[in-house]
Amino acid sequence: MDHQALFDETIAADQRIEPRDWMPDAYRATLIRQIAQHAHSEIIGMQPEGNWILRAPSLRRKAILLAKVQDEAGHGMYLYAAAETLGIDREELTEKLIEGRQKYSSIFNYPTLSYADVGVIGWLVDGAAICNQVPLCRCSYGPYARAMIRICKEESFHQRQGYELLLAMVRGTDAQREMVQESTNRWWWPSLMMFGPPDGDSPNTQQSMEWGIKRHTNDELRQRFVDMTVPQAAALGVTLPDPDLRWNAERGRHDYSQPDWTEFKAVISGGGPCNAQRLAHRRRAHDNGAWVREAALAHAEKQARHTEAAA
Amino acid sequence: MSEFTAEGGHGAVPTTGVDTGRGTPRRSWPLYEVFVRGKRGLNHVHVGSLHAPDDEMALRNARDVYTRRNEGVSIWVVRAEHITASSPAEKDPFFAPSGDKVYRHPTFYVIPEDVPHL
Amino acid sequence: MSDNVYDSLAETHEDGQWAFGTGFEDVQEEITAPVPDGVDAADLAQYCLMLGDDALICAQRLSEWVANAPELEEEVALANTALDLLGQARVLLARAAHLGAGADEDALAFQRAEPEFRNVALAEIGDDLDFARAIARLLLFSTWRLALLERLVTSRDPVLAAVAGKGVKELAYHRDHAAHWAVRLGDGTDVSHTRMQAALDAVWPYVDELFRTSEVEARLPGVAVDPAETRGAVDAVLDQVLAAATLTRPSRPGAGTIGGRGGRQGVHTEALGHVLAEMQSLARQHPGATW
Repeated sequence: MDHQALFDETIAADQRIEPRDWMPDAYRATLIRQIAQHAHSEIIGMQPEGNWILRAPSLRRKAILLAKVQDEAGHGMYLYAAAETLGIDREELTEKLIEGRQKYSSIFNYPTLSYADVGVIGWLVDGAAICNQVPLCRCSYGPYARAMIRICKEESFHQRQGYELLLAMVRGTDAQREMVQESTNRWWWPSLMMFGPPDGDSPNTQQSMEWGIKRHTNDELRQRFVDMTVPQAAALGVTLPDPDLRWNAERGRHDYSQPDWTEFKAVISGGGPCNAQRLAHRRRAHDNGAWVREAALAHAEKQARHTEAAA
Repeated sequence: MSEFTAEGGHGAVPTTGVDTGRGTPRRSWPLYEVFVRGKRGLNHVHVGSLHAPDDEMALRNARDVYTRRNEGVSIWVVRAEHITASSPAEKDPFFAPSGDKVYRHPTFYVIPEDVPHL
Repeated sequence: MSDNVYDSLAETHEDGQWAFGTGFEDVQEEITAPVPDGVDAADLAQYCLMLGDDALICAQRLSEWVANAPELEEEVALANTALDLLGQARVLLARAAHLGAGADEDALAFQRAEPEFRNVALAEIGDDLDFARAIARLLLFSTWRLALLERLVTSRDPVLAAVAGKGVKELAYHRDHAAHWAVRLGDGTDVSHTRMQAALDAVWPYVDELFRTSEVEARLPGVAVDPAETRGAVDAVLDQVLAAATLTRPSRPGAGTIGGRGGRQGVHTEALGHVLAEMQSLARQHPGATW
């Protein structure tokens, strides 16, 4: 049986492709792109959330936020590790991110302007991410699927923590309630945009779906997210800022308005509120750390030479 | 509008025009594979990989990242380049060498730059 | 498909989804233990604030490294360290509150002004996001705190003993992490050696304060640890690390007190005001709010 047939058979049987298996170059390139950009998103995502660690208004919240952001670093690491099984170096991926040749999720180009954003990001952004990520646990590429299983467990906890913060706030002072509503008004539309443009504008979906990398279309995921979120908003007493959002009994789903796709275009082309800042921050951290990474390598090499000499 | 999908974690990343790299080795911290045996486990299981400049840090990082600093969990870290892997015979009869590297794509191993076609 | 290797690792944690869990249950239980016989509650509260503020302010400084660390693995390690210290701070502050120092851990953390904080200067000084300075501080702080906690495990106060019992494992980890980094940087490249030596020189003035016995500590024998007793052990470790790191022990004079008063008496460096301004700003904007 030839390579391609074996590969096709594995995919058709919903089995895993592993790092030692033959795979089409395009499959490999698609995976590198997808996994790397996912990893970059986790790392960049540490910035907007980390923005509130130093000012967290209670010690318990500070601890939770620190742990969450630390989880995100860990997620980035699992994902870079999965990408590396495809023959690319993490350092090279980091360079491509910093040079703008690989991207990260556009949602992180928005600023976190109030503490309520911490909760709303947990609720909406992580909620949307879960819609995306759970299907990936069945991705055809083994290392990615296994990383996703672990990430999904941790991400669902993050979403609950975010929601719990919002519950505490809406049951608190008027100022806290207003903060939650104002934050929701800012994050709702960008959260919908996380699923990418409508299916009609996304012709490349097909190949990824055939390869078992992508399991659902953009619109399917977006619809699922809306249906899931509406009752959660109701429980918070928060209004989602879409006047045309309503239950459609015939479809058995909610009807909702499309976000402003021109804003989306602008943000993904570098014209969002925080694009320059996010990348500059990542670049600065990476550049400032070069002497440290170099020193660690130099020391290890010295140690290795000592060991050899002693042997 | 060019390709943007919901793929990956937080979505809305481009699927076209994205550089996926040449896979040239960098002078970076070497890659280690991590194997863990949980308290109730019978044997070590491969859980992923990480980068570290030396064995000591590799163990520490593995504890932090892969075991949640659980006590009583046994960790093995091995330099990826030191692992020799077999190819699953029934899957890949075309793979002649019986002992090979753990990853198919030979990026992590230092290849002299003047060797052509590598 | 059952690739669930992680199930066997996620054992008895209810918050088992946290990759790096310390539990976030509220810290009521042990802290309500009665004051040991013959011990003044106010003194004990002050001592808890000393150790608690050390941990809280150091954790705050470490948290500045989030999204700024030199490598991803180090992001995780530093955040882990900050979380450990924050956890210790929460128990100690809760104990102090129970003993009458304030309403609860958050009231103490967010509503006190600088003169009421009891931490040493080493915890509060900034590092300008220089990794060598961060490691130099962490090396000194964790070596010293470990020596303190190792002696605190036999405290007559059950809460202090419990904090120490759990804390020694954490501090041993922090100290070893910092020590290994000090060696890598000290004995790495010429650039790293220069930077690490400079960093050590910069934090050295804050070492003397660590071993000055305060009046409160002097009034709590068998309960508090006299920090002067830790000097020998700390010096022994530092000598070992500095030698391996090819670093020279600095000979700078200690930062002085003002009328004999320093951090333990609420007289701090200029840095603490800025740390608290940032840390407390949001909580103070919303008096009476729960989060």
